[in-house]
Amino acid sequence: MANSSSPSGSKRRFLLTVATAAVGGAGAVAVAVPFVRSMNPSARARAAGAPVEVDISKVEPGMMITVEWRGQPVWIVHRTPEMLANIPKMNDRVADPESSQPLQPAYVDKETRSIKPDYLVLVGICSHLGCSPTEKLKIGADSGLGDEWLGGFYCPCHGSKFDVAGRVLKGMPAPVNLKVPPYTFLSDSRILIGQDKS
Amino acid sequence: MSKIAALTQWIDDRFPLTSNWKSHLSEYYAPKNFNFWYYFGSLALLVLVIQILSGIFLTMHYKPDASQAFASVEYIMRDVPSGWLVRYIHSTGASMFFVVVYLHMMRGLLYGSFRKPRELVWIFGMLIYLCLMAEAFFGYLLPWGQMSYWGAQVIVNLFSAVPFIGEELSVWIRGDYVVSDATLNRFFAFHVIAIPLVLLGLVAAHIIALHEVGSNNPDGIEIKKKKDPKTGIPLDGIAFHPYYTVKDIVGVVVFLMVFSIIIFFMPEVGGYFLEYNNFIPADPLKTPPHIAPVWYFTPYYAMLRAVPAMLGSQFPGVIVMGLGVMVFFLLPWLDRGKVKSIRYRGPKYKVWLTLFVISFVILAWLGMNPTDFLGKFPGSTLEMATFLARVFTVVYFAFFILMPWYTATDKEKPEPERVTG
Repeated sequence: MANSSSPSGSKRRFLLTVATAAVGGAGAVAVAVPFVRSMNPSARARAAGAPVEVDISKVEPGMMITVEWRGQPVWIVHRTPEMLANIPKMNDRVADPESSQPLQPAYVDKETRSIKPDYLVLVGICSHLGCSPTEKLKIGADSGLGDEWLGGFYCPCHGSKFDVAGRVLKGMPAPVNLKVPPYTFLSDSRILIGQDKS
Repeated sequence: MSKIAALTQWIDDRFPLTSNWKSHLSEYYAPKNFNFWYYFGSLALLVLVIQILSGIFLTMHYKPDASQAFASVEYIMRDVPSGWLVRYIHSTGASMFFVVVYLHMMRGLLYGSFRKPRELVWIFGMLIYLCLMAEAFFGYLLPWGQMSYWGAQVIVNLFSAVPFIGEELSVWIRGDYVVSDATLNRFFAFHVIAIPLVLLGLVAAHIIALHEVGSNNPDGIEIKKKKDPKTGIPLDGIAFHPYYTVKDIVGVVVFLMVFSIIIFFMPEVGGYFLEYNNFIPADPLKTPPHIAPVWYFTPYYAMLRAVPAMLGSQFPGVIVMGLGVMVFFLLPWLDRGKVKSIRYRGPKYKVWLTLFVISFVILAWLGMNPTDFLGKFPGSTLEMATFLARVFTVVYFAFFILMPWYTATDKEKPEPERVTG
């Protein structure tokens, strides 16, 4: 046996120290796994995302209602022909007019961001930091956002502006458009939020 | 031997009581020229004790449950005997902690207390500051008011801006897809046990490191360089106890007077210590028209808002905000001045420090207000506040980034040999 003070002995001792520390460290990491995992959404939280059925027959043109889906606000806007006419006018003022980012189901129109143009369905959570923007559907100075405003949404937290299709304007803190949830029309007056068209 | 002395001896044979008392208090020699700025270290310790004590009593009545939290805070305020007082002590303590810590850090900037050999004192102090921010953030969700909810929503969403893993990371922090009961429950755990434990350890490390190297002073010179040849005690040093313990009691009395005036006469401090929107229960469907963090976070919040989204990501703003805090860690290595104290610094450092303080205050003010709030003034525009936030964010960072140059070329005055009183 080599003496511990000899060069080969101290080398072996160093190797043993490193090996012991490595095994101990691996054990500590392994033990951390269940603790880290325990902070993920529980089975109950994951199951809570059931689809929500909404009656939209009472939503008059120009009106907006808010419903809750997965704890988030979902807006349903009955757009007027004037609002729809304003969407193409905004194309050069919004950052992503063609909705190239995957923030909507494939079956919605890329410009109006809806299944039926009359009804806009959006998750009312700002893509910046998660505030819920305020509806500013009025046009022009009445909205409080200046004469050039063509209707849409305004986030009070950091000033991001979105058009009436939920597309973010250029140069805003919010990087991308508002999200369109999966939804489907059960009939002309009923929609199901949270489920793709079957 | 008297009974007391006998007991002390009995303890000393088993635990280093007397030697610790001596090395940290009765024979810890601090410079004799401490001024007003040197109150804030011991006051921070006092506020820590106040927060722990009042916090313990709040947990006896508070319910960390999304359906009961708001009501349990109202219950504390109305039905628990003296509950209102305990809660106001805790809420006032939170803001006063930051008042005291910001002044304590300002002292460091004035007298170069972060400089060699006190780098680790400074780093431990900065870690304490980070812990305090986390503690304040987690605690702020607990009343489950509108500001609690949306503040947590915004801050947790900052993590979702991290490229690639952001979305999963923010879900992991919340324990749900939105801020919910799961989030409240875990923030309670962080607020009452996890962060306070770390905080206490860091405070111990901060003081141990300080007592190893010795305190700085308003002249920024090392008193250990001139010792009494016979006793080895610094000539400009006086025993921390009784001299500074007694001096600090004066500071404590004045501080507690201010503290009491706030608690009893103006606990909300006009919406700055307790925000009005937080008296409305959390509503996940409706963001209040104007949300802002509590005043002590607003300089960084203004920086976050000042940076526009780049390349379809808001990550740059998050990075700038994070760097705004973290850049303090680098101070000991950015400062190339030969002298430490503002008394002997040249004009360049004085100008930059003034600009920095102005930037910090103006950013704090901008962060408290909506981004378009300057638009109502004549001659201003809706974008004025954002423009100012950008300018002062640049000045804020310039103070740090340019420091190696302006401190190295500054016209400094010679330091005295001994402290000047």
